[in-house]
Order: sequence, then structure tokens, then C-alpha cells
Amino acid sequence: MKNTEVVPVETSGPEGPPRALPVSGRGRSRRRIVERVIEGCIRGSAYSAIIGLFLIFVFIGKESLPIFTSAQVRQEANISKLFLPQEQLHPYSWQPVSEIPKYSILPLFMGTLKVTFVAILFAIPLALGAALFTSEFSPDWLREFIKPVIELLAGIPSVVLGFFALMVMASHVQELFGIVYRLNAINAGIALGLAVIPIVYTVADDALTAVPKSYREASIAMGASSWQTAWRVVFPAALPGVLAACVLGFGRAIGETMIVLMASGNAPIMSWALAKPVRSLPATIAAELGEVVVGSAHYHVLFFIGISLFIFTFVLNMFAHWFVTRLQKRVLGMT
Amino acid sequence: MKAKAIRAATILLNAGFIAGTTCAAGRTVTIKGSDTMVILGQRWAEEYMKTHPGAIIQVTGGGSGTGIASLINGSTDIAEASRPMKPEEKASVKAKRGKDVEEIPVAQDGVALYVHQSNPLKSITLTRTKAVYTGKTTQWEELGVPLGQIIVYGRENNSGTYAYFKEHVLENQDFAPEVLSLPGTAAVINAISKDKNAIGYGGIAYGKGIRALSVSKDEKSPAVAPTQANVLDGSYPVSRALYFYTAGKPEGEKKLFIDWVLGPEGQKICDQVGYYPLKQAKKPANKKA
Repeated sequence: MKNTEVVPVETSGPEGPPRALPVSGRGRSRRRIVERVIEGCIRGSAYSAIIGLFLIFVFIGKESLPIFTSAQVRQEANISKLFLPQEQLHPYSWQPVSEIPKYSILPLFMGTLKVTFVAILFAIPLALGAALFTSEFSPDWLREFIKPVIELLAGIPSVVLGFFALMVMASHVQELFGIVYRLNAINAGIALGLAVIPIVYTVADDALTAVPKSYREASIAMGASSWQTAWRVVFPAALPGVLAACVLGFGRAIGETMIVLMASGNAPIMSWALAKPVRSLPATIAAELGEVVVGSAHYHVLFFIGISLFIFTFVLNMFAHWFVTRLQKRVLGMT
Repeated sequence: MKAKAIRAATILLNAGFIAGTTCAAGRTVTIKGSDTMVILGQRWAEEYMKTHPGAIIQVTGGGSGTGIASLINGSTDIAEASRPMKPEEKASVKAKRGKDVEEIPVAQDGVALYVHQSNPLKSITLTRTKAVYTGKTTQWEELGVPLGQIIVYGRENNSGTYAYFKEHVLENQDFAPEVLSLPGTAAVINAISKDKNAIGYGGIAYGKGIRALSVSKDEKSPAVAPTQANVLDGSYPVSRALYFYTAGKPEGEKKLFIDWVLGPEGQKICDQVGYYPLKQAKKPANKKA
């Protein structure tokens, strides 16, 4: 995602021959070994993330498999019970601790989407506006102040943000929008937005600042105002990077657990109304996995939720990556 | 011999892993479970460690189910639970640890129903409470209070209070999907204290800053306030025992600690924290159990 920088090739750094190196054969071979080792180490660290991801995928996948394979689990929870309407009164009901456990995950999917939608709606305009300001309009000293402060927001533990949303923000949000429920999707979404802003901001700001200065100079030389330059020239040139920022923010929002667990009310309601409380997928895992009997249907359903979230974000990222590269080619092709 | 050494090492390692210290493993007791009992457990641990230098008692919460799960997989010495253990869970302990579960009631608790301070409602029947939590009653007007929609708060389904409430008040029916579930009784209390239309349940010990309702069994019986006297004499309809569970008969530091908890000093702390000491008459029976 970093390859959005379209900086033209600069003339290479300091001229002149590099510092004299020891030339004795022994020294050279030792150097070579050391370099090999170091190279191996950094290669390993690059692969370790992939290995970790793969192992996690295998683990979650294995734990959710009994929903398809084990007859005993399937009796209680199978794909049709997870997704299709069940009884008359509450066709989609999440009641895992019950005489007859009910595992409809549609209300949870809906909840996750609702909260994420509000978070994105709240965070992206703010973050992009801030990025545009600091990269194009603010004096350097102000940028040096604003940027670290916004990035500091990312350092607030999400449980603290969640607690703040539960204790303080919820009352104001309720009053502002005149909502019956104090804890609802809007409240959780805004709190979640606070966590998303720094991520979108940082990446978008980097993308905007990476646009070559020559673009701006050319635009201003053509008589464009600084706003026209920022909005019509710099912003489109940085669009691939900005979109990457939005996708990262979306990924963060959809997977965030603690904020939603505390601020959303966690009621598995099947409704698109934003003013109602919601229960999200990650919050459900967090609330219930600690208690669940290992190997029970409930346990496997929670892992199934985990793998669904995983696949969802994975596909989203793949698609976004494909889209961004395409866009990038077009933007670069134009220049 | 070798197997024994390995087993001892594993136990040591386990204890060390949990306690964060290997040297004092012999006198370290870990306690895990019910969020309702965390404060109580911590006070017990503090007082006990004051009077018994060298002993380390570590108390963490997470919910009754979490504590019981830890007891099953052997990562805690004592599980605190605010509900009786289910037969399957006892069987799991037997299967995994090879020992029978010891059930030790250590205190009494009542589950209170809370409303916002400004709510004029004074008392509620169990039948009405059930209707509210199963979603049959949704408006305060149906309870004679002009407030509009009832905002119903409850606990997450990993909580002993949730299980207790579902069994005793809802008679095992499902909670309505509209019930907001919050992690921890403290969160429920906080939410109610800021929400005029709210009703919620939680341990009596947490009931500060909001108002607890008197509860009656049905329309005919009198409403009883959740006070110590009423919980102890059994007239308050929503009260329960709080338990310690161990795998096998407690021994060593564990036994000393549990005996101390059941003794006068430990029981006095129940009172201070806001729970109720065990009924005197019941005590010998508890010790035997």
C-alpha cells in the first residue's frame, strides 16, 4: 500500500566512491557470513507474519469445521440454522445459553455492519479533511503539532475509549439525536470512529504529502487557487493511497471488539435501525468465548464467526488491493 | 519416577505460569471466577495474607463459567461461582482432573432489581419481572409508571447472575432480544444510573447510587426489600448462595484459606463488602459438603 508514492526518481545521494572497505580475503568472507546471517534473520521476520497468519487461519478453520462435519454439532448448529429463519416468533434469534440454543448469526452480522457503517460515515470525512488540511494548508509548525496529536489517539487503549463511550458519550449522543436507547449503534459507531480516525488520517496524510511538489507548482502556475490545487490536483493524484487508508480504517472498524462490547448495548436485534442497540460479531466472541464449554456447538459456532470475519476482511482487502492497483495505473498513466 | 518428576514439574510450571512466580508455588492459591464475587474474594485474600505471611492468594474474575472452565483445565485452584455447578461440568472435572468436585458455599447473595433513582416504582412482582425480561411487557405504563418504553438491562451470558436470573426469574425462558447485555454488574449499574427508563438486575453488593426495588413472589404476597435480614431469613425471593469449587478435597494452603473464609473472620468480611454471611444453622452442613 506504500507504493502509492509517485515521487520521480531523484538523482542518487552523495556522490563519490563509498568508504574504503577492508579487502583482506578473510575479512571479506567473514563479512559475507555475517551478511548472510543478517539477511536470513530479516527474511525470517518477513515470513514469520505470513506463517503466523497461516497458522491462525488453520487453527480457527479447524475449530469451526465441526459445524460441517460433526453430526452431533450439526444437530444443534448447522449452516441453515445459522442463516435461515427458524421459528415463528423469533425467526432470527441468538440465544446460545438456553434450553434449546439458538444460533442465528444474521442479527450479529447486521449489528457489525451497522456499527461499521456509522464509524466509517463519522471517521472518514473527518480523517480525510484533517489529512487534506495538514498536508496542503497548514503551516509546517501546525502540522508538526496536529499530526502527532491525532496519532496519539491511536494509542488510547480501546477499552478506555469504550468506557468513555459507555459513561460519558452515550448520554450526549442520546440527547443529541433524541434516541430512546442510551446505548445504540450510533453511539458505538462514533466511539469506534475515534479509533478509526488516526489510522485513516496517518495513511491518507502520507499519501497526500507524497504527491510530488511539481504537481502543485504546475497547478498554481496555471492560475489555480490553493483549494483548487488541493481538491482537483493533489487529492486525485493521491487517490489510491487515500482509498487504501479507507480500507484499512474499514478493516479496523469491523474487527474492533472492546469499544463495541461496551458501547453498543449488545442486544441481538434483527433491525436496520441505527438508534437501536446492536450486538456485533467480535463483541460476541469476546463476551462468550471465555465461558463456553470447549467442544460444544456454541464453541464451534464462535469459531465459525471468527473465520467468517477473517474471510470477510481478507476478501475485502484483496478486492481493495486490486482496485487500488488498477486506479494507480490509471493515475500514473495520465501523468 | 521419571513420570512423577515430569508431572511435578508440570504442576510447578503451571502454578508458576499462573502465579508469575515459581518459588512460592507451594503457598500460592489461585482463585478465578464469578465477577460478582471478585471484590469479596479480593478482600478475603487481602485480609488472609495480612494474617498469614508467606501465603499468596490471587483472585481474578471473568465470570462463573470462566472460573469453572479454568477448574476443569486445571489453571486455577479454586473456582468462584455465583451459581451451582452443572452436572456436566462436574463430570468434566472428574474426567480431566480425576477428582470429585468439592462444593463449598461461602456466602449468601441476593439479586436485586434496579431502576433509576427518579423512577417512582417501588416494587415489582416476579411474574411482571419475567414479562419485562421476556419482552411481553415493553412499556412502563403497564407497570403503572408514566415513563414510556422500558430499557431492559441484563448481563452477558457468561455470567452466573445471567444464569441464575434466567433459571429463577424467567423460569428458563429466553431473554427478549431487546435486552441490552453488559459486561459486568458494575456496567449495568452505571448504565441504569444514567438512564431514566432503565431496569436492570445485579448483585445487591453493587447497588450504590441507584434504587433497588422491593420484590414480591406474586400479586398476593407482600413486597420484600433486598436487605440483609430479608435475604438471611429467606423472605427475599431472589437470593442465592455463592460457592467455592475445588477439584478434590482442599488441602494445604487451600484448606487453611477456605477454613478461614468459613470462620468468623472471613464471614465478617462478607458483611463488610455487602454480601451476607452463611446462615448459622446451615454452617455445619456446609462444612461437611
